[in-house]
Amino acid sequence: MEFDLFLRYGPALLTGFGVTILCWLVGSFGGLVLGFVLACLYRYGPAPLRWVIYAYVEVIRGTPFMIQLFILYYGGPHFGLLLSPIQAGILSFIVYGSPYFSEIFRSGFNAVPHGQVEAARCVGLSEGRILRRIILPQMLVPITAPLTNFFIILTKETAILSVVTVPELLYETQTMAAETFTFVEPFLVLSLFYWLMVIGTSWVGAKAEARVTRHLRKA
Amino acid sequence: MNFSFDVIWHNLPYMLAAARWTLLISLGGMAISLVWGVFVCAARISSGAVLSRLAALYISFFRGVPLLVQLLLFYYMLPYVGLDLPAIAAAILAVGLCSAAYSAEILRGALQTIPRGQTEAADALGIPTFSLWRRILIPQAIRIGLPSLVNELILLVKVSSLASVVGIGELTRISQNITGETYRPLEIYVAAAVIYFLINLVISLLGRLAEKRLQVA
Repeated sequence: MEFDLFLRYGPALLTGFGVTILCWLVGSFGGLVLGFVLACLYRYGPAPLRWVIYAYVEVIRGTPFMIQLFILYYGGPHFGLLLSPIQAGILSFIVYGSPYFSEIFRSGFNAVPHGQVEAARCVGLSEGRILRRIILPQMLVPITAPLTNFFIILTKETAILSVVTVPELLYETQTMAAETFTFVEPFLVLSLFYWLMVIGTSWVGAKAEARVTRHLRKA
Repeated sequence: MNFSFDVIWHNLPYMLAAARWTLLISLGGMAISLVWGVFVCAARISSGAVLSRLAALYISFFRGVPLLVQLLLFYYMLPYVGLDLPAIAAAILAVGLCSAAYSAEILRGALQTIPRGQTEAADALGIPTFSLWRRILIPQAIRIGLPSLVNELILLVKVSSLASVVGIGELTRISQNITGETYRPLEIYVAAAVIYFLINLVISLLGRLAEKRLQVA
């Protein structure tokens, strides 16, 4: 073990960690928002739109992330979509994550008893208000854990961005490994970084879960 | 934009041959995942504190580190400890051991839904632990956990694309090579996506069939 290597490569590794966090946060929150929109369109939209969303969900969930990234990054220029590696990475993250998020939201919608929605319509609440005041507060309870779960899965998918030369954590680590002919030290530190991210995410997830179940404990 | 089907048609035989490696990695990974997953799950819920802690650590590590990193670790670090595996073996092992952590958790979740009374009843009847697991717990756990397990298997097929980084000529790697020769990334990667999608379609159909068969009338 040669730990003085980290003095030399520490800054590069930390920058890589920053890029990883950037791609992860922007990509997964983008996917979260797009997934919510898809789930709402699936619920309230007309039938043809529902089929389109269904096909989108099935196709994206049925193909590897790496292939999607390649289609976007290498295939994009074929139809005039020239993206930098980081842009392609974030965009493909949003595309990849959204169907999973939309499925989680869909299961949340289904968890709220339909009778409550009918009752709310009877007392004259608008659809927007029903969504905000009745469905959302209740559906957040069962879906917070799966959402956290998927955020954690996405932290680790960021490693794949290294194959299209996004200068993220794994990319910097591989550079360090190749330049110094060490493998044990860089990869151990790398694992530690990811583990930290995962622990942090589950901590935030636990806080969020406590927040959305507040009304259940008060009673 | 001009999408050329000729490029796909010419290279399809190579891609299908490469898909066999994808299948080999996925199937090998599945086998390790399911068998080893049962053991990890058994260790996790066993009453031995050390064994249970070890299993928890195993699950935490394999779920907490990206698979791409695990693959590189297996491929580059095992030779350090004198275990020089061929790339394909390292890939199958990495994929299988990682997936086993997930399978173990799926099975643990499924086992928790089986009423404790069944275990107690089996104890009262003097059924040995091995038979209890083989005849009573595992068949039920598999039935309950089947949708999640099928999910995991589909993930495995997609995850096998990561094996391309350690130089295995599976579907993604060969697609990269063909792209390098033809400069037609769009066509080739779309074709690769279709092949992956078809494989997964078959798995999810088989899963649905199995669910139907295992359903209790």
